[in-house]
Amino acid sequence: MSHFFKICYPPVLALATTLALATSAHAAPYQAVQMDKSRVGFSFKQMGVSVDGRFAKFTPQISFDPAKPEQTKASIEIDLASIDTGSDEADQEVVGKSWFNTSAFPKALFVAKQVKQTAPHVFEVLGTLTIKGRARDIKVAMKHTPQGAQGLLSGSFALQRADYALGEGMWSKFDVVANDIQVSFQLTAIAGK
Amino acid sequence: MTTPYTSTAKGFHWVMALLIFGMLALGFYMADLPLSPQKLQLYSWHKWAGVTVFFLVWLRLLWRLTHRPPAHPPGMAKLQQGAAHAGHFALYVLMIGIPVSGWLMSSAKGFQTVWFGVLPLPDLLGRDKVLGQQLADLHSALNIGFVVLIGVHLAAAVLHHLLYKDDILRRMLPGRSPPNT
Repeated sequence: MSHFFKICYPPVLALATTLALATSAHAAPYQAVQMDKSRVGFSFKQMGVSVDGRFAKFTPQISFDPAKPEQTKASIEIDLASIDTGSDEADQEVVGKSWFNTSAFPKALFVAKQVKQTAPHVFEVLGTLTIKGRARDIKVAMKHTPQGAQGLLSGSFALQRADYALGEGMWSKFDVVANDIQVSFQLTAIAGK
Repeated sequence: MTTPYTSTAKGFHWVMALLIFGMLALGFYMADLPLSPQKLQLYSWHKWAGVTVFFLVWLRLLWRLTHRPPAHPPGMAKLQQGAAHAGHFALYVLMIGIPVSGWLMSSAKGFQTVWFGVLPLPDLLGRDKVLGQQLADLHSALNIGFVVLIGVHLAAAVLHHLLYKDDILRRMLPGRSPPNT
């Protein structure tokens, strides 16, 4: 038996792998996100120098089948106070009135409205991003990287902070903190709830 | 009068003295400011000037090591000569060490140093909050030491001028200089 297995093992493994990949390509739609393997971050230019950070707490809700993107339902809620800019004084500043004003607007919300495939493993996501009570339509290119039964959904887009009144008053000029903010996400999507 | 310093040596000394004086004042002032665009701007300028000092001190050292400075005044005690050497050596160490500590601190805090917003310095350290704070404390301690040492340097110059009545002070002042050799 063990002799038989030794001979057959490589082809059996190859077959099993092929089956697994084939199955995953037609797997049940992704219904959940594995939070410890997911990230929402951002970067921007300060005095011409790129600075980046992330949000520690966010709540994604997805139902996404790469084979039927038009049926996608996806939203992601971001707890703005969970921001990590890299410095304590900046973390304290950005939750204040002139930036997120988290006491009045604790969350940012993105809701996907339309998803279509534009290339193999690439999808265009149209949706509404609401921050600080301002809703703006945005378009995000999302990449799907199958990883066995899981799938990595990743992408990034630029927002203009002025569109969301982020950085009012003394921060409203863009000479020190640029208007463009690059937002990036990597979500490890899984099939089960 | 013994030989004065060359105009190159004087130039290095006074340009760096002005830069460093400004840097110290700016550094101690900006550190306690509440966060504002002005503060971020001042930090950038401080970092640019710090990188400039760092480059200048190497040029200055190169110059110093290839050109003999004027001799000590005749009759200067061995102990005083030793103290002068040790003091100047320590000033050079700090002129190199302080910008390096600032650069590493910036890296550890996650803010890259980009000279005049154009030339990026590599981040030798990854982002690490605890290390960043330790380096900030080190940067601050080195600067306090620097201020003390500059005080001793000034006191020594004045002391030589008024008490010993030699030309230690005068030979570094702008004015007549021998040609570079």
